[in-house]
Amino acid sequence: MTGLQFDQVLDAKGLSCPLPILKTKKAVEALSKDQVLKVETTDPGSKNDMASWAKRTGNEILKVEEGSGAFTFYIRKTA
Amino acid sequence: MANKKMTIIASKGSLDMSYPPLILATTAAAMDMDVTIFFTFFGLEMIKKGNADNLKVSPVGNPALPMPVPVPTLISSLPGMEAVATSMMKSMFKKHGVASVGELLNLAMESGVKLIACQMTMDVLGVKKEDIIDGVEFGGAATWMDIAVDSQINLFI
Repeated sequence: MTGLQFDQVLDAKGLSCPLPILKTKKAVEALSKDQVLKVETTDPGSKNDMASWAKRTGNEILKVEEGSGAFTFYIRKTA
Repeated sequence: MANKKMTIIASKGSLDMSYPPLILATTAAAMDMDVTIFFTFFGLEMIKKGNADNLKVSPVGNPALPMPVPVPTLISSLPGMEAVATSMMKSMFKKHGVASVGELLNLAMESGVKLIACQMTMDVLGVKKEDIIDGVEFGGAATWMDIAVDSQINLFI
């Protein structure tokens, strides 16, 4: 298991595009700078979508875990 | 740095064709873009009061629509087939955790997507301002053009 610290968890499992991204955006907005959001998804498209979203919004994906049809992202709010 | 901008012209009013403009608009807004949707012709169906979750999909003229069993074109035009196709598509969306059209429309408005209804097509199709949900502005081609000329992405759907 990861030793990464996080401040909030977003369960986006079972949701399809675009909901994981929309919910991630909302959850990150509610954080303070440098806090970390852990997002769990099952949408296979979310792996690339999350990377594109983070690139465009300037937030940092610290780590992606992948396993048994699920993805876990650790996202640091940068601003 | 100024936000990037996107406009979408939404011209279709079927269940399936209402998804692309709303998915792209909400996603662009989540990616810090300023988004405008211009609803014209049948796209107005999405922003009529209480209508967003009553849109339909038709199997007629739509050979790619998946059906539980193969249905000849003549049969697919029979009464009730549209309702069958619509409820089937809605349950497929739900099963896959896709938001409804109404939910996406609300999310778009919540995230500041600007909605403009085409005044000319409203007049032609007999749609009144009071038929349209609150928060929508009204305008014409020049209104869209003024925003589109400064946008990085402009789509016609």
